[in-house]
Amino acid sequence: MVTDKLAAFGRLGLDIIASLGRSGRFLAGVLGGVSKPSVAFPLLLKQLYSIGVLSLAIIVVSGLFIGMVLGLQGYTILSDYGSEAAIGQMIALTLVRELGPVVTALLFAGRAGSALTAEIGLMKTTEQLSSMEMMGVDPLRRVIAPRLWAGFIAVPVLAAVFSVVGIWGGMLVGVEWLGVFEGSFWGNMQSSVSFTNDVLNGVIKSVVFGFVCTWIAVYQGYDCVPTSAGISSATTKTVVYSSLAVLGLDFVLTAVMFGDF
Amino acid sequence: MAQRTTEVIVGLFMIAGIAALMFLALQVSGLTPKAPESSYTLYANFNDAGGLTPRAKVSMAGVTVGEIREISLDKETFQARVVIDVNRSVDNIPADSSAVIRTSGLLGEQYIDISVGGDMESLADGDTFYSTQSAMNLERMISNFASGQ
Amino acid sequence: METGMDTSPYIELRDVVFTRGDRRIFDGVSLNIPRGKITAIMGPSGTGKTTLLRLIGGQLRPDSGTITVAGENVPRLKRKALYRLREKMGMLFQSGALFTDLSVFENVAFPLRVHTSLPEDMIRDIVLMKLEAVGLRGARELMPAELSGGMTRRVALARAIALDPELIMYDEPFTGQDPIAMGVLIKLIRDLNSSMGLTSVMVSHDVQESLSICHYACIIADGQVIGDGKPEELKAHPSERVQQFLHGHPDGPVPFHYPAADAGRDWGIAGRAADGNG
Repeated sequence: MVTDKLAAFGRLGLDIIASLGRSGRFLAGVLGGVSKPSVAFPLLLKQLYSIGVLSLAIIVVSGLFIGMVLGLQGYTILSDYGSEAAIGQMIALTLVRELGPVVTALLFAGRAGSALTAEIGLMKTTEQLSSMEMMGVDPLRRVIAPRLWAGFIAVPVLAAVFSVVGIWGGMLVGVEWLGVFEGSFWGNMQSSVSFTNDVLNGVIKSVVFGFVCTWIAVYQGYDCVPTSAGISSATTKTVVYSSLAVLGLDFVLTAVMFGDF
Repeated sequence: MAQRTTEVIVGLFMIAGIAALMFLALQVSGLTPKAPESSYTLYANFNDAGGLTPRAKVSMAGVTVGEIREISLDKETFQARVVIDVNRSVDNIPADSSAVIRTSGLLGEQYIDISVGGDMESLADGDTFYSTQSAMNLERMISNFASGQ
Repeated sequence: METGMDTSPYIELRDVVFTRGDRRIFDGVSLNIPRGKITAIMGPSGTGKTTLLRLIGGQLRPDSGTITVAGENVPRLKRKALYRLREKMGMLFQSGALFTDLSVFENVAFPLRVHTSLPEDMIRDIVLMKLEAVGLRGARELMPAELSGGMTRRVALARAIALDPELIMYDEPFTGQDPIAMGVLIKLIRDLNSSMGLTSVMVSHDVQESLSICHYACIIADGQVIGDGKPEELKAHPSERVQQFLHGHPDGPVPFHYPAADAGRDWGIAGRAADGNG
């Protein structure tokens, strides 16, 4: 029946809106309560370690390879025009503006986001969150808030490291291997990369991505169906939604930051 | 893991982030930590500003001495009016120097090069360049060459 | 009435209605839980016994009706007051719900660290005391993953009584335990009740074990209380449903068969309902 389909469609729409609303209320609950710094700081530290420091390896390795690929590809294209020296500029702009924040956020969603969802989902399934609530401790503040803040802080740091390692990798290929003059590599880069327009905008992007990815991850964990099937589907959702949100937001942010309207 | 170890490792992580940002600022974008040098303003009118953009560099003998602040259309003469910030330290540009729009490399950005004149007097704040040379237009040059003019 | 003794009930439920989705879990449940006694709440699986504990703890709110705990109407409480009330409650979850990233010692110390600002050596003394009470003082350095099911529940019990609560709720304490662990838990529940005067609420479907230690029991089915009283009163209860539950008869008022379409149709013997729902 057409009307049935229409009704189902409408219900789906309402479900989506309701889950957006729930996640918003969830966020307000997390950010609304401020704990004592003496309690909150050690918790934050622990999370920064487990989602920031432990993601460093994958970020450094990926950054290095992406920088090297950019160096190779850029050299092949630019040498056709005899302007291999612009390779530094190309690598730096690509990394600082786009690949740094975006790839970092995607890797973060896969490495740390999914782990966050699974961890929180497991805590929910094994009634740890419930028991915390029954002990008079708000799990939103105790469990969720430190993780959210840690993600928020860690992603920009990871993105900066990613860009630097990538540029170094590009230099390795371009300068050490393909023989581009080092002075013009850095010179071209410095004359075309602007701190406020490129570097800071890249940082803003990664801050936004970090926030959105972690929000999605902790919310999916907190909202999951408390069974093992529920956890695995929530983990999948985290990666899918985070990736889509990052790519979509990247377009919007790029249009606002670099688009000349 | 001991609390202390975690603290140290996370501290190193944050330092790595700050160091990376510093690297991006200093080495990649060439930002110099010193305060922006004070400057004075000069004007130049061009028949064709070409692809010149604000923040493009202004150089003398290949050395950057300032940057372009603004480009606008002069409604009376229909020329492009370019506002240039020149570093205060370069205060002896001869008054008969001319501003030339050049391109760095074949496809590079456009910038203003000041070709130095021989006058004893210098340009002061608010002065306008006496002579200018507009952007070189590659297409026009080729068509001129082809028609033998 | 012996249940009342000299004090009012510790927990009082009046006409509680609770629905989840389209399913009505409780349809006007009224219940008194006496102070300082062990009350067993029994019923078939899926009747919302755990939900009842969550309602008492304020983790869920009923659609209507009142739930009074220690004189406070739980569904009406503001967040802060609710969290303060919960400090007087301990709850033993079915899975134990120990924090997997903390050691046994830290698990028991958790409520103390959060709610008190006692010095470290005092926290240590209290934690060891509580662990001693459940017989696990020697296991303090272990991680939850290294514990057996029975030990997990005992650690969780030590944690639940860390703050010396007035009320303790047990969610299916005997499920999946071997006979020895079950015996240990029965002894612990009884000892805690008699030595500390705790009001204990126990949700279970293990009839014999529950009836052996409780002072008062209540059977819930289909969203309603179908029988309550002291164990001996229940055993002599006239209701067929109560008797079926207590003795575990496979068929009775609760039918063996899940409601199904006419059997004849399912097997393709159209028109003739053979010996259908035999």
